[in-house]
Amino acid sequence: MGIETQKQQSSVAEAVEQLVAVNPYNPDILPDLENYVNEQVSSQTYSLDANLCLLRLYQFEPERLSTQIVARILVKALMAMPAPDFSLCLFLIPERVQMEEQFKTLIVLSHYLETARFRQFWDEAAKSRHIVEAVPGFEHAIQAYALHVLSLSYQKVPRSVLAEAINIEGLSLDKFLEHQATNSGWILEKGQGRGQLIFLPQNEFNHPELKKSTADSIPLDHITRIFPILS
Amino acid sequence: MYFNSSNVVLHGVVNMQLPNQWLWDMVDEFVYQFQSFCQYRAKMKSKTEQEIALLKQFDQAWNVYGVLNYLQALVEKSMIIQILEQEKEGLEQFTATDGYDYNGGSNVLKVLGYFSMVGLLRVHCLLGDYHTGLKCLLPIDITQQGVFTSVIGSHITTIYHYGFANLMMRRYVEAIREFNKILLYIYKTKQYHQKSPQYEQILKKNEQMYALLAICLSLCPQVKLVDEAVNSQLREKYGEKMLRMQRYDDEAFALYDELFSYACPKFITPSAPSYEEPLVNYNQDAYRLQLKLFLYEVKQQQLLSGVRTFLKVYSTMSLGKLATYMEVDELTLRTILMTYKHKTHSVDSDGKIISNADFDFYIDDDMIHVVESKPAKQYGDYFLRQIVKLEGVMNDMDRIKLD
Repeated sequence: MGIETQKQQSSVAEAVEQLVAVNPYNPDILPDLENYVNEQVSSQTYSLDANLCLLRLYQFEPERLSTQIVARILVKALMAMPAPDFSLCLFLIPERVQMEEQFKTLIVLSHYLETARFRQFWDEAAKSRHIVEAVPGFEHAIQAYALHVLSLSYQKVPRSVLAEAINIEGLSLDKFLEHQATNSGWILEKGQGRGQLIFLPQNEFNHPELKKSTADSIPLDHITRIFPILS
Repeated sequence: MYFNSSNVVLHGVVNMQLPNQWLWDMVDEFVYQFQSFCQYRAKMKSKTEQEIALLKQFDQAWNVYGVLNYLQALVEKSMIIQILEQEKEGLEQFTATDGYDYNGGSNVLKVLGYFSMVGLLRVHCLLGDYHTGLKCLLPIDITQQGVFTSVIGSHITTIYHYGFANLMMRRYVEAIREFNKILLYIYKTKQYHQKSPQYEQILKKNEQMYALLAICLSLCPQVKLVDEAVNSQLREKYGEKMLRMQRYDDEAFALYDELFSYACPKFITPSAPSYEEPLVNYNQDAYRLQLKLFLYEVKQQQLLSGVRTFLKVYSTMSLGKLATYMEVDELTLRTILMTYKHKTHSVDSDGKIISNADFDFYIDDDMIHVVESKPAKQYGDYFLRQIVKLEGVMNDMDRIKLD
């Protein structure tokens, strides 16, 4: 049965994506888009295009705006960081709506994430469980963002800094680190406790010498322009 | 009236060639009228009873759905996206003939559809929907010459909105690159447009784009991307202000505010007013929201220019030392450094992480190692362009028959 519902869900997703692609400026698709937001929440999927399309329809007809749906879109957008989706959504939401308490909270949360203040973020998120816990996968998505920023910045990160950023401590952190060591190539320095260092996987941002090879090449679609001439 | 004339086009009864300039003017004027109407409608306070009665009676006039669907219909009917796609494979000629049809067909629908994509970009920018705006423009490769560059008004409108949308999405390098190119182009060709009825408009947008470039470069000081001629113009106009914008005090924020307000599009609120008393003006609402969110972004980046100052002069330094210099504790410094990383790395339309950093670094335990990024010169693109050009010249020569 599980597979059956999944199939159904993905066909709903396809149908709505199709609507957004073919008929984006149609007020009649508003209810479909709202359902689709709920669907994204329950199936842990995400479509920025569809959500922006819905916010646009709200912008055209503010009386149809549902604050509950908007809140869900914003939580989903937070989970899409480091992409700027949260601001992209705010650009479309009328200021008086943004004044509501739950949106103010979300804006503060976004501010902490944008400025990498993870300690404050997790404290604030804990206070607003009712908003963020309504969306499954929230914690995990933010941890992924935190790891993204860490791996842009660090070759070796102190355990305490990592713990604070992803909000995992003690034994669960040990477990998490072991998992990353086996699956994602993390290297854990010997020796335990606060001073432990973790070697994050190399990328072109924390190991700039890796970058050169990509910068010198010409993208294929540029070459294709001269194919007719070459042939 | 525009709806009517466009209807004729949409239903395919036009069978002639019209100059690109005229076709651009049609799209341009259409969007402009819509923008002006929204501005007018939003000023409710000063309306007479008669005006209000008319607005109520014709509540579908310049309806935002109508406007967007019209532009969209032109794009679809013209099949322009498919044409541009086929052109890439060499199956179709559009750009090479500047959109004109030399085989007896009409260029009207095709080119109107083409310019409508620029129109959609503009309308979406007016609504604050930068992501969707850029998506509408995606079929046009703006890094190359195209039909949009064949009319100066369309060229400027395209790049102005493209650059602005990228600025709002924090893709500063992309915005700087395109602003630089068009400002250089205007600088070199300005004299030829002096007699154009759009000369005033060209100058105005020129000034606005310098202001936007000043904003971009203050947030992302990649001066190397800017041509010498453009840079000296920029210094002349905004050199002193840009120095002050680096300081991040109240005065600096006031300058960001001033430049943004001067250079931003005329944002609109697309919804109809509430006719209930008391009547309020809401024509500034959309602009105020975009300004507020932009300044919010500037505030989040306020400590980064401090970091930059030190990254410029050291190749390695300890976190402790930098913390002392910046007068913050070490934990705060770590968040500032990560903010620097996050804000200087944007996500492009494919979800790829792109570095916008002029000075980059990595942290090894508690040592910061600084890396100056040198933009790689892209010769490949230059050669590709010359190859296409040469081919064009050779084709032209083949066509000339010597008697």
